[in-house]
Amino acid sequence: MAIVLDHVSYIYEKDTEMAAFALKDICLTIPDGQFIGLIGHTGSGKSTLVQHLNGLLAPTGGHIYYNGKDIHADGFDKKELRSRVGLVFQYPEHQLFEVDVFTDVCFGPKNLGLSRKETELRAFEALRQVGFPEEYFYQSPFDLSGGQKRRVAIAGVLAMKPDVLVLDEPTAGLDPKGRDEILDRIAALKAETGITVVLVSHSMEDIAKYVDRIIVMNRGSVLFDDVPAEVFRHDAELEAVGLAAPQMTYIMRTLRRRGMEVGTDVTTLEEAEREILRVLGK
Amino acid sequence: MLRDITLGQYYQTESVIHRLDPRVKLTGTILYIISLFLFNQFTGYLVAALFLCVVIRLSKVPFRYMVRGMKAILFLLLFTMAFNLFLTPGEPLVQFWKLTITREGLRISVFMAIRLTFLIIGSSVMTLTTTPNHLTDGMEKLMGPLKKVRVPVHEVSMMMSIALRFIPILMEETDKIMKAQIARGADFESGNLVKKAKAMVPLLVPLFISAFRRANDLAMAMEARCYQGGAGRTKMKPLQYARRDYLAYGVLIAYLLALMLMKYVGSFI
Amino acid sequence: MGIIQTNKLVFEYIRRDEEGNAEGITRAVDEVDLDVKQGEFVAILGHNGSGKSTLAKHINAILYPTEGTVLVDGQDTREEAHVWEIRQKAGMVFQNPDNQIIGQVVEEDVGFGPENMGVPTKEIWERVEESLKAVGMYAFRKHSPNKLSGGQKQRVSIAGVIAMHPKCIILDEPTAMLDPNGRKEVIRVVRALNHVEEVTILLITHYMEEVIYADRVIVMDQGRAVMQGTPREIFSQVERLKSLRLDVPQVTMLAHSLQKKGVPLPDGILTAEELADALGYRKG
Repeated sequence: MAIVLDHVSYIYEKDTEMAAFALKDICLTIPDGQFIGLIGHTGSGKSTLVQHLNGLLAPTGGHIYYNGKDIHADGFDKKELRSRVGLVFQYPEHQLFEVDVFTDVCFGPKNLGLSRKETELRAFEALRQVGFPEEYFYQSPFDLSGGQKRRVAIAGVLAMKPDVLVLDEPTAGLDPKGRDEILDRIAALKAETGITVVLVSHSMEDIAKYVDRIIVMNRGSVLFDDVPAEVFRHDAELEAVGLAAPQMTYIMRTLRRRGMEVGTDVTTLEEAEREILRVLGK
Repeated sequence: MLRDITLGQYYQTESVIHRLDPRVKLTGTILYIISLFLFNQFTGYLVAALFLCVVIRLSKVPFRYMVRGMKAILFLLLFTMAFNLFLTPGEPLVQFWKLTITREGLRISVFMAIRLTFLIIGSSVMTLTTTPNHLTDGMEKLMGPLKKVRVPVHEVSMMMSIALRFIPILMEETDKIMKAQIARGADFESGNLVKKAKAMVPLLVPLFISAFRRANDLAMAMEARCYQGGAGRTKMKPLQYARRDYLAYGVLIAYLLALMLMKYVGSFI
Repeated sequence: MGIIQTNKLVFEYIRRDEEGNAEGITRAVDEVDLDVKQGEFVAILGHNGSGKSTLAKHINAILYPTEGTVLVDGQDTREEAHVWEIRQKAGMVFQNPDNQIIGQVVEEDVGFGPENMGVPTKEIWERVEESLKAVGMYAFRKHSPNKLSGGQKQRVSIAGVIAMHPKCIILDEPTAMLDPNGRKEVIRVVRALNHVEEVTILLITHYMEEVIYADRVIVMDQGRAVMQGTPREIFSQVERLKSLRLDVPQVTMLAHSLQKKGVPLPDGILTAEELADALGYRKG
């Protein structure tokens, strides 16, 4: 079970003079159970890429295979695909519409043609998975805080029981605590269910803390695709494309430049702390 | 499909037509449209076509932009043509089953098609060469006298220019909402009319909520920047006629005279 | 006297249910005293819903206090005669870049404020030019705002405020909807305005990286100003900030956890260089 992108290209406004490459010859495999971070600055093609994963956009060149089948071949069930590859967009305001939270989360499973009982069971389960408090189930989704709206939006997709969960900048606009809560929830969900997660983000700090593989996009191409420590070694290239290594990496480099014998392959707070304590002999 | 509507889309380039005062362009467009309905002979259409071609040439806007606006009204055009073609009484030309095409019908439907085409292209020339802001400025100024009879001319033109600014934003938003709901298994395409209408709810609710929010935010931002209606406002780009504008009015009059002449001459042929 | 002064400012509103019946009263701002001096750069930090945006809207006379007073350049915002003067003196930049740009061309948007103030045409052009240059957007003056990046749009919004020649600028979470590069762009412009043009800045944000350069930081929680001091004083209190749903800079966090493990370090380390100093590594 995997998503395979085989030489995928996408051209915006094809056949006009404004035609522009959004994706250029992308080859990727997303196997089951990985926690992947997808990074790139605005306009790097990462949002276009994730919309290809569930067939919302069709590539202008190349093929996409889900479990070995070409998703744009005749007779392929796209609706089924969209329930298998769940895509949560950046702004929950773009999908919340029902009178209350619970009914809104039921929308996805209902569209799959499930029985009422099964629909409600799934909605309930999904809301539990995102840690949404039960006493707000029958509140209007529009009255919620940003963080809670985000949870409901994620639950709305989880209720379809996808194998792959793609989150497009799930923390944009949240305050630091709200951001940590959402990311911790996703990590817990990943640990609990083994679901494949693709996390689109701008923040190296977020990515470094959670994922086991990073894909860096630039101008529609894949610049790096590796484990975090390897990717962050290329900090000069990252900076050249408007990104950066996590701040911890830079802090450790400064310490090293100042004569402290610390390793610089450090991306998270915990690693940095361990490394400094090691050097200090504690 | 929505993106095909060229009306209201400005094409940035430098040309004589771009530099004309919006009042000239507005008056010109209105007169041109009226002129299309003044005559019934092919000679008249020839002059109208010639005039349009010259203006398009001068505007330096690629012709395909003008035609793009046609796509949106293609259905309307075909419908009008068919309507006129089959339902005009007169001397029968072709007859099959219960339908009759008459000579008069053919004539009227062709004329109708030409008029509509010219009308759309003509107004596209105006919107493609005039920034929407300039256009609303022109309207505000042209309708200025109406202020005396308590018509809120400034407010209406401000509303129009804001609407024009937010149309592309809301279109993009519609696209995003649609995708977010499709990702949740929503189906906007299949089913009968009732089902389709029902399927619009998950699209329209977020769209309306967002539009109201934007309106609220914008009103606040405008007040914060001291907006208090038209009174006491100055203009960054006040409208002033230049020599070329008077010249353009001259050309317009010449065009209308030429048409009259054609009509007069044509009636003898 | 300060350019912005609030005395025991309270703002309350009535919560209503769906039928419009009153459900209760929320105190969004609770007895806040604020005194911002001419030329100062003050940051207000707080999580979402802490009341910081509500406070900001009082300074521009968009909201009026339930109790207490707000004075802008000595004028009370509640006096109707002063409202327009206050809005000109205290310019405001909002969160969503799309919902505050009125013009369809960059320069026309920047001219909107001066037009409303009745500034003569020739001067509007001068102001537009100088404002766009101050935010580094002059090259984009003929562009449509829809084609700009988020950071660029916010810079246009800032230019639109500068063109009104305000005495202070209030930025209400101007970076919340931007990507990291856009955030940096905007903060760079804000700092330059404060340094070079000596504009008084009141920056409202929940990103701690943005407040490091402020002269003074005020932390809000539940409508109250709960902490106040220099960035270093504020960031010395890591646990307190965490309990207020806020972050501290990564290096401060690192120093703090090393401290807890028994490494002798001072509070409030703000840069990696300071950490190296504190760990006893000499420069060069």
